[in-house]
Amino acid sequence: MTALTTTGWWRDESREPLRRNLGLIGVLVALFGIGAIIRPDLYGDPQWVVDNTLVILQQAAAIGVVTVGMTFVIIGGGIDLSVGALIALAGVWSTTVATQSFGAGGMIFTAIIVGVLAGLVNGVLIAYGRLVPFIATLAMLVAARGLAAQISGKQTQVSNDQFINGLASSKVLGIPSLVLVLLAVAGLGWVLLNRTTFGRRTVAIGGNQEAARLAGINVRRHTMLLYALSGLCCGIAAIMLTSLATSSQAAAAELYELDAIAAAIIGGTLLSGGRGTVTGSLIGVVVFATITNLFAIANLPTEVQNMVKGGIIVFAVLVQQLKFKSVKQLLTRT
Amino acid sequence: MLGVAHLSKRFDPVQALDDVTLDFPGGTVTALLGENGAGKSTLVRIIDGEHLPDTGQVLLDGQPVGLHSPRDARRHGIRVIPQEPEIVPHVSVAENVYIGALSKGFLFHGASLRKRVEQHIARLGFERMLRPDTLGRDLTPAQRQLVEILRALTTPAKVIAFDEPTSSLSEHEVTALFTLIRRLRDEGLAIIYVSHRLAEIFQIADRIAVLRDGKVAGVVAAQETTERAVVSMMVGRDLTTMFARDHVATTEPVLEVDEVNGISLTVHAGEVVALAGLVGAGRSEFCRALAGDLPIRGGSIKVDGQPVTIKHPWHAIRAGIVYAPEERKAQALLLGRPVRDNIVLAVLNRLRRWRFVRRRDESELARHFVNRLNVRTPTVGQLVSKLSGGNQQKVVLARWLARQPRLLILDEPTRGIDVGAKAEIYQIIAGLARDGMGILVVSSELPEVLGLADRIAVMKDGRVTGVLGRAEASEEAILSLAMGES
Repeated sequence: MTALTTTGWWRDESREPLRRNLGLIGVLVALFGIGAIIRPDLYGDPQWVVDNTLVILQQAAAIGVVTVGMTFVIIGGGIDLSVGALIALAGVWSTTVATQSFGAGGMIFTAIIVGVLAGLVNGVLIAYGRLVPFIATLAMLVAARGLAAQISGKQTQVSNDQFINGLASSKVLGIPSLVLVLLAVAGLGWVLLNRTTFGRRTVAIGGNQEAARLAGINVRRHTMLLYALSGLCCGIAAIMLTSLATSSQAAAAELYELDAIAAAIIGGTLLSGGRGTVTGSLIGVVVFATITNLFAIANLPTEVQNMVKGGIIVFAVLVQQLKFKSVKQLLTRT
Repeated sequence: MLGVAHLSKRFDPVQALDDVTLDFPGGTVTALLGENGAGKSTLVRIIDGEHLPDTGQVLLDGQPVGLHSPRDARRHGIRVIPQEPEIVPHVSVAENVYIGALSKGFLFHGASLRKRVEQHIARLGFERMLRPDTLGRDLTPAQRQLVEILRALTTPAKVIAFDEPTSSLSEHEVTALFTLIRRLRDEGLAIIYVSHRLAEIFQIADRIAVLRDGKVAGVVAAQETTERAVVSMMVGRDLTTMFARDHVATTEPVLEVDEVNGISLTVHAGEVVALAGLVGAGRSEFCRALAGDLPIRGGSIKVDGQPVTIKHPWHAIRAGIVYAPEERKAQALLLGRPVRDNIVLAVLNRLRRWRFVRRRDESELARHFVNRLNVRTPTVGQLVSKLSGGNQQKVVLARWLARQPRLLILDEPTRGIDVGAKAEIYQIIAGLARDGMGILVVSSELPEVLGLADRIAVMKDGRVTGVLGRAEASEEAILSLAMGES
């Protein structure tokens, strides 16, 4: 059996996430190439390319933050369908007249607390109430949108706070603030997943919940915390969206749950849990944002764009199922 | 009746089968023996049509048959009874039996189906073990196997191969299975019987075919050989001492259990105590209660003389009681993760520096235990699912040894493990006892119980019916306590 050690670095199991991510970066390069073919005039201008990249990242920022939380939940063996609704609820709650009277700090605090608490409700229902994650968070999706509509009276709530409104258009060292927020959240998420016991336990629980429990991990508490973490990300994303629109409404962040799940999946996160990377999810988000951007540049309608997105999800998962070895075999066979 | 001629099959880089020629005559039970990786499973899969051989052919009544799928095999009357049969959880036994045959015809008549299955069960004499109305999810492993056998017999079968059928059966279920196998043999079927358990092979087999490294190491008549001879044929060397016995039990109690769920038991430092009994006697339940997996009702538990309260697995682990469960893959291993992650799982907190864990520390710890327990893996980054059963069990042991426990509970520690790895596990257990750990072993294999244990507690119906010292222990003494004969 020792003959099994015929390895190159790319065959090593622990390198698999890296292989996946390189594949996704390949997709990004291909998208860039398509853009360059469609609009050589724009892509020929380096300054435009830099600006456009920042625009893409700015658009990816809020959904990216949500995807980081979603990645943790899915790796831990769950799913969170309520993220879009939680963003709307946190956004609406933090932009009521009463909350706005506390200034930017009060608004940010409110959004985060609302997100975390709603996430905790999800977590308690799933971990201690033994509800299936799909059902618990589906119920939260419906209820949170309802509560958001109730609070806002179905009106768009305009933000009057200068700091919040200015956040989206401000830059630090030439990089938009929202992009920096995304990078910070993703960086913290990466550390949390890869360098802390919390992250290791998340992977263990998603990989084999029974084994994790018998190994002495408090699986219920941990599961609850995962949904609170997702809620926290929703709170942060709510502030980012409020800043972009300078307002909040109950219908905000519609279908964000599907975008976040899709981004995590094409980023290599296993829907059944136990495997996934923050980096992969992040690149997944950027791939989707790049497609949206490409369609805007090419002046194509969103209908076509959604069809392409659907295709990309299927394609990405199909490609990931092919082991590197079999790809090699396919290439050498012909 | 069934034969294979010059079969070879290569799974890069392993030559799984190398020019194997064997025959399996009708009216005969032929045992197929060999260590893990010897090629038994590959051979069975080729007969089942799941794998195609690279060269060579499968012959049925002297004629070559092309087997491209399990469907082909079934059409030719060849059935393989897998170790863990696929059972649909939410439908009845009757429907489970006919699940493959339902595709014929469009109409579905539940009552007549039920009646047919009932007749089959009666014909085989299993009325007391299996009801046609039981739902799939409520079946015990023995009943699942029966369902699979019934499936095989609903179509005309010529050859039936059993792949380690007894690994999850209790003694009396094994007896019932053997009665059935003998009856099938006497009806003229060719029976192929794959197993690791030598004792039962000598009970059931007429001929023994041994595979080693993908080649036929020998074919002998069961009556003309001995266990010793077969084992040395399997491993290519003479395993004189499977059990290392150089540890001495002390009188210092590590675990004192007083009336916990009706059971009192003491394990001393450096002592191996075995829990013997039939499947369903409550041995695993008692162990799982000690491990915090099942509720503890009444009584008291002391570890090293200190009373402990156990309500969750982590209470037990903190108290120094660790538990390697029966179902390695379902309950202990993260199959999709590398060896390293599996080993460090229970000691993550101890690896933490400034709240962070470092991969380098994890790998170092994992490598230490991989070397200490001789886990055969190219690197600690290898997926644990790619290791053999024996090495997977060593990984589970490594996880718990990293906690430096006081009491190690092993539930069926050598199930599904080949002879060579078993001997290694026994040596590890003896070594741990020598270092002063208390060890509680649950095992259904009597030779293992007798070889390993300093004392044997025999259980029946959730109670300890007797404790045997080394001198008074014998298979008969254990069985009479386990079955309640006095």
